[in-house]
Amino acid sequence: MPTKIEKDALSGTETTGHEWDGVKELNTPLPTWWVYTFYATIVFAIVYCVLYPSWPWLNDHTQGVLGYSSRVELAQALDAQVKTRAVFVDRIRTASLADIRKDPELFNFALAGGRSAFQTNCMQCHGAGGAGSHGFPNLVDDDWMWGGGIDQIHATIEHGIRNADDKSRQTMMPRYGADGILTSPQVAAVTDYVLSLSGRGTATPEGAKVWQEQCVACHQADGKGNQELGAPNLTDGIWLYGGDRDSIYRSIFYARNGSMPAWSGRLDEATIKMLAIYVHALGGGR
Amino acid sequence: MDVRLHDDDDAVSLRTRKAELPLYATRIKVYPRAIKGTWRRVKWLALILLLGVYYLVPWLRWDRGPSAPDQAILIDLDGRRGWFFDVVIWPQEVYFVTGLLILAAFGLFFATALFGRVWCGFACPQTVWTDLFMMVERLIEGDRNQRQRLDRTPMSADKAVRKGTKHAAWIAIAVATGGAWIFYFVDAPSTLSKIFCGEASLEVYFFIGLLTATTYILAGWAREQVCTYMCPWPRFQAAMLDEQSVIVTYQKWRGERRGKHKAGDSWEGRGDCVDCSLCIAVCPTGIDIRDGQQIECIGCGLCVDACTQTMDKVGRPRGLIRWDTLADQQSKERGEKGVAWRPVRPRTLLYAALLGVAAAAMLVAFALRTDTELTVQRDRSPNFVRLSNGDIRNSYTVKILNKRQTGQSLQLAVEGLPSARLGFVGADLEGSGAATRLLVHPDAVGTFRVFLTVPPNAAPSGSSAIEFAIQDASGRRSASHDAVFVGPTH
Repeated sequence: MPTKIEKDALSGTETTGHEWDGVKELNTPLPTWWVYTFYATIVFAIVYCVLYPSWPWLNDHTQGVLGYSSRVELAQALDAQVKTRAVFVDRIRTASLADIRKDPELFNFALAGGRSAFQTNCMQCHGAGGAGSHGFPNLVDDDWMWGGGIDQIHATIEHGIRNADDKSRQTMMPRYGADGILTSPQVAAVTDYVLSLSGRGTATPEGAKVWQEQCVACHQADGKGNQELGAPNLTDGIWLYGGDRDSIYRSIFYARNGSMPAWSGRLDEATIKMLAIYVHALGGGR
Repeated sequence: MDVRLHDDDDAVSLRTRKAELPLYATRIKVYPRAIKGTWRRVKWLALILLLGVYYLVPWLRWDRGPSAPDQAILIDLDGRRGWFFDVVIWPQEVYFVTGLLILAAFGLFFATALFGRVWCGFACPQTVWTDLFMMVERLIEGDRNQRQRLDRTPMSADKAVRKGTKHAAWIAIAVATGGAWIFYFVDAPSTLSKIFCGEASLEVYFFIGLLTATTYILAGWAREQVCTYMCPWPRFQAAMLDEQSVIVTYQKWRGERRGKHKAGDSWEGRGDCVDCSLCIAVCPTGIDIRDGQQIECIGCGLCVDACTQTMDKVGRPRGLIRWDTLADQQSKERGEKGVAWRPVRPRTLLYAALLGVAAAAMLVAFALRTDTELTVQRDRSPNFVRLSNGDIRNSYTVKILNKRQTGQSLQLAVEGLPSARLGFVGADLEGSGAATRLLVHPDAVGTFRVFLTVPPNAAPSGSSAIEFAIQDASGRRSASHDAVFVGPTH
C-alpha cells in the first residue's frame, strides 16, 4: 500500500500505487450501483446455498432447508399429467370400443394416445406410419391375416401371435420341404400353383394335386385364406414375405411363422384400447 | 523517459475539467409551474381522451352468443384468441397485430416529419401519466414555489400529511392503471370482483403489481429522466426531422438582446425577451428553450403558452416562442422574410406512401380473410398403400378451421383426380361415402383422416397435383387447399 495517495498529473486521477516499468495503474473505482449489485449477488448465492441443494459431498450433497429436489418435482409434474388425463383414461377403460368411436372427444383422445403408444411400442417392427416391412405386416392396407375388425385388432394386440400367452393366436404352417413332407419338385409345383392364384403363369396338375392335399385346409380351395387361422389370402397382390417365385418357394419349403408379443402384461387396458382404435383408423380397419 | 503530450497548463486544465465532469449527472429536480393556454388545453383534451379510452375500453360489451366472451376487446392468451368486436384473431393471424404495429410506426414517422415530437409532447403514455401525476401533486402540494418551499422545510405534520396524501393518490392511480391493463386480457367485470375477493389468479396480481410499480416509479419519480435517458425514441427521431418540420422554436433574432423591462421603458435597441424565466418554470423537463434544440425537449408547447402570456402582459406581439420550422427561423435570422411551411416534400410523401402501402396491405389481407380454412397434410410414411385388389391409396390429415361462432357441416371434394374414391375416419361425420359431411364445432378445428383410393390403371406415376375443397350446406365453396397424390413410379 502506498503511504501517500498519489495523483496522476496527466489525468488528475488517483493511482493505486502499483507501478510496472514506470507505468502506473489509475484507480478508477467501479460505479457504486455496480458494486452493490455485486454484493447483492453474493448475498443471493449464500441464501441460495442455504435454501437449495448446492454443495457436493463425496457421495451426497447438501439438501438445503427447503428440501427441494428436481426429481421430486418431475415426479409431481408427471403425476399431475396422469391426473389430468385420468378423466379421459378412466372413461376409455370403462367404455366399449364401439362407444369410444362414437364419442368425438374420446375418439380424438384415443387417436392421440394410440399414436403416442404406437410410436413407443409398435413402430420398431411395423414402421412409424404402420407400413410394416418384410415379415412385419403393413397395418395401413386392407389385407389382414387375423382380421381387421376393431375387436380382432384389439385381441391381436392384447394377446399377440404365437407366443407364451394362453390366449395368443396359435397356428403353425408345416415346414413342407425342410421336414420332408413334400419333395423339392412338389414344392416347386405348388409354388407355380400359388403364383397362378394371383394370375401369374399356369399351374401343373401335380401342383393342383398338392394344393388340394396340403393347403386348402387353411388357405381354402380358392386361396383366399382364413383369418380364423391366420392363413393369408394368396390371391391378392400383398405378400408379407415377398410375392416373387423364389420367396414363395422358400415360404413353402421352410414355412414362416411370424410372432408378435402379447401386450396385455406390458401396457394397461386403456392404452391397448387406444392402440386398437389408432391402428383401426390407420386406413385398413374394417 | 517522461513523455508528456501536453504542457503543464493543459494538464491542469484537463484535470479541472475532469473534476467538473462526473460520470453520472445528478438529477436536478424539476418543479414545473402550472400554465394556462391553448396548448395546455390541447394537452388536457388529449389526456382526457387517451385515459378515457385506456380505462373504459375493457368495459365495452359485445354480444357474440352464448359460447363466446362478451367483451368487445379481449386478448385471451389462455384461449389463444384475440376478440375485436366481430373479428376473432387466431394465433396464426398474429400478423394483423404486426401490421398494426407497422402502421403505428409509419404513422409516428409521418407525424414526426410533419410536427416534430408531437407524439412525445401530447400522446406518449409517459407524458400523459406524468401530466396526471403532476396535476395531483399540484392539487395537494401547491404550485412550483410552494412545492420548492415544502421540499426545503424540515419534516412537519403538515408536510408529512401532504407528502403522504400525494403518494397515496399516486399509488391509487397506479393500481387503477395496472388493473385496467389486466382487463384487456381477462374478462373485466368478473375479474374485478375476483381481485377484491382475493380469488384472482397469481398472474393477475403479479401484473397489476408490476404495472402499478412501473406507473408509480416512472410517472411519479423518474419523469423526464425516462425521456432523456431511458427512451430510445428521442435518440433516433432526429432522423425523421428536417428543417421543414414544425417544432417549438425561440425567435432568437427577435428576442435578443434579452433583459428585464420596466413598464414605460423603450423597446428600442433591445429584444422582446424580458427574461421572465416563465418558459423555464413551466417546462416539464426543466430546460431553457432559448438555448435552441435540445434532446430533452419533448415538444409539448407549454413554453409557447408561457411566452404568449408574458408577451400579452408586456404588450409585445405573440409568438416569441412559437411552433415554427427551422427553415423559417433561419431565414428570418438572416433578415429575410421567412420561408413558408412545406408539408408536402419527399420525406413526408415517402412516409405517407409507406403508411398507405402498409394500410392497403392490411386491408387486402383483412378482406381476403375467411372464417373457414382448410389445411391438408399427406401421410408420407408410407407414401402410398397398395390395397389387396391393387388399388392405390393415399392418406391425408384434413384440418378444418371454423372461426364462426356456429357449427358447420361441410362436404369435402377432391379435384384433379376424377376416379378417386373418398373415405373418412373421424367421429364427427354424417352420412357415408362421397356424400359424407364433416361436422366442425363453433370456434374450433376439426380433424379428419381422409383416404383417396384410385384403381391401379388410374393411379398417376409419381406425384401429381390435386386440390381439396370444402363446400358449405348451401353448396358455396368455402375453402380449398393444394395437395398431391403419389402413386408408384413405373
